[in-house]
Amino acid sequence: MLYQLEGSHAIARTVALCRPGVVCAYPISPQTHILEGLEELIRGKKLENCEYLNVESEMGALSVAIGGEAAGVRSYTATSSQGLLYMIEAVYNASGLELPIVMTLGNRALGAPINIWNDHSDAMSARDAGWIMFFAETNQEAADLHILAFKVAEKVHCPVIVNVDGFILTHAYDRVDIPSQDKVDDFLPPYAPKASLDVNHPVAIGTMVPPEYFMEVRHLAHRKQEDSLAVIECTAHAFEKKFGRNSGGLLRRYGSPNADTVIVAMGSVAGTIKDAVDELNQEGGQFEELSIICYRPFPAEALRNSLKNAKRIIVVEKSLAVGIGGILSREVELTMKGCDVDVITVVAGLGGRNITKSMLKECFNKKSHEKITFLGLRNDIIGKQYVPINGDCC
Amino acid sequence: MSHLTIGNRLEKNVTAQSMYDRSNSLTSGHRACQGCGEALAARCILDAAYIATDGKVAVINATGCLEVFSCVYPENSWQIPWLHSLFGNAPAVATGVAAAFKRQGKENVRVIAQGGDGALADIGMGCLSGMFDRNDDVLCVCYDNQAYMNTGVQRSGATPAFSRTATTLPTGDYLGNDVQTGKNLPKIAMAHGIPYVATASVSNIHDLEKKVAKAIHLKGARYLHVHVPCPLGWGYPTSETIKVARLAVQCGLFPLFEAERGKVIKSTPINAPLKVEEYLKGQRRFAHLFGKNASSDALITLQNIADDNIREYALVGDPNE
Repeated sequence: MLYQLEGSHAIARTVALCRPGVVCAYPISPQTHILEGLEELIRGKKLENCEYLNVESEMGALSVAIGGEAAGVRSYTATSSQGLLYMIEAVYNASGLELPIVMTLGNRALGAPINIWNDHSDAMSARDAGWIMFFAETNQEAADLHILAFKVAEKVHCPVIVNVDGFILTHAYDRVDIPSQDKVDDFLPPYAPKASLDVNHPVAIGTMVPPEYFMEVRHLAHRKQEDSLAVIECTAHAFEKKFGRNSGGLLRRYGSPNADTVIVAMGSVAGTIKDAVDELNQEGGQFEELSIICYRPFPAEALRNSLKNAKRIIVVEKSLAVGIGGILSREVELTMKGCDVDVITVVAGLGGRNITKSMLKECFNKKSHEKITFLGLRNDIIGKQYVPINGDCC
Repeated sequence: MSHLTIGNRLEKNVTAQSMYDRSNSLTSGHRACQGCGEALAARCILDAAYIATDGKVAVINATGCLEVFSCVYPENSWQIPWLHSLFGNAPAVATGVAAAFKRQGKENVRVIAQGGDGALADIGMGCLSGMFDRNDDVLCVCYDNQAYMNTGVQRSGATPAFSRTATTLPTGDYLGNDVQTGKNLPKIAMAHGIPYVATASVSNIHDLEKKVAKAIHLKGARYLHVHVPCPLGWGYPTSETIKVARLAVQCGLFPLFEAERGKVIKSTPINAPLKVEEYLKGQRRFAHLFGKNASSDALITLQNIADDNIREYALVGDPNE
């Protein structure tokens, strides 16, 4: 049924339809409305048989979810930015223990300087943590991805982060279809844990693993993620069949097929890029937009196939690896190794800086690019503040 | 049960450890040091919990000696459902397990979080306090060996005053740990007003088992603080763990008591308190307080702590007077 909802509430209502048994709450902007929404649904008996725990920190939040999941109950939490950093030890732990927790990450910059607005720095800090990572483009997709996340997580025994752009999606009101409980129940059966804390079948979970076995554990984790690519695609097809719309999957293409220039991006900025691409193509250009929905496991093969005819790939990314440059663009470049194609890094929207259609059009239309472009960089400030460091050693 | 012929087996009220069919929650073959107080306490506590719950107990273990020596894949000494997550989050993981058991209608399966003083007094104090604050249905057991033993005997927040550790080496005028007198975790627990807090010593197994059997069935957050000497870290012969633990109790430095909702309800009397020197002098970690550079001020400070405990917990004479 269609509702006009804030993104956070659309997510809360959809998560509730997935019937988690343990929800852990700790506030941090911009995800807080999601957990407030779930609290309301639980107190109002819209979501029953669910323990809602107000914890003392993000470390506590994910740790409680680890406990819930290890005892065999579907568990959920949400965080953003500094909160993800504060729990990062537990983030690695949850994937290592193969616990299919689902966590929403309301994407936000990392400090210092402290900044509560949107970019993908937080997500990038967890990119090697062994979680499956999805990026939502719209509020509808943000909601849908949670149903897909639980389904995939529990199939492959791997936790999933659903990335939702902070404020841009979490706080925006939009029309969202919230499916019926019956349909979700049909799609997502009750959680059947792989191994749980059971007095009738005692097991030790989380033992120390010495050098003789550790490489194999990590290798298997990598293989599992690679195998998950097919599961994620197949689950997205099943979702489309069941719910009548395309959400999730590995990646999505838009615009002129086999265009010379392909713009690669993740998350909500795809909407603005699509508008820019439409106008550029109407003006006689050859542009295509490609959204990476599943960032981990990285869909290298699907990406390579989609980009094989491109002459120029512009990666618009909301993150920066200080000291090397682009993160997503570097991964795209590696994926395209051996192909005759330029991969251009455009760092955009850091700390909530606006990304406008006209800025994007101007950038995409340029014939040549710097090694790395900072979209909308205020050169007046840089000119005053940047003092080159003397190359001498003392 | 027939009366057997040695040691505590002659007592009417036998301990779980003297039963021929004891559960061995932590079974033999693990890699703890000879004379490890923590290994002994863990086995006693979990066996007592196992018997009291008819085997319905699950354990969440913090990182530390107990985790490292009990299970290095593919070996495992635990005979009960057991999970290790991280150093600082055992109480929070236990909260999640208890919540999940509640959802599954399995509240009869009792949840224990356990770790050392480093895991609970220092790195995990936030998660521990949160668990207490929410009054989650978890029994948290702290095995207090008064330093970070697993990493090589570094100072923890619970390290006693003037103790030699790898990071508080007495040198010249510096007498070792001169920062405070060790965090008082039982009092911190009591300040949360939780249903039950108790201290226990590995030298008094009967008392320890009774407290576990009581605590395991209470609802809400419970805390048991157990004094477990460490021969390696404290520097005494491995055969003297029980003796050292007993001396700590008998001099008043480690009072045994029970508290409910923040109030002490019972303490174990020590009729003729020993001087703290009797406890301290057998341990290398306090050796610098004796001999030619002996510090009477430090000994007085430590004696004062013991005397304060004796008064505060009414350890001498009738505690109910």
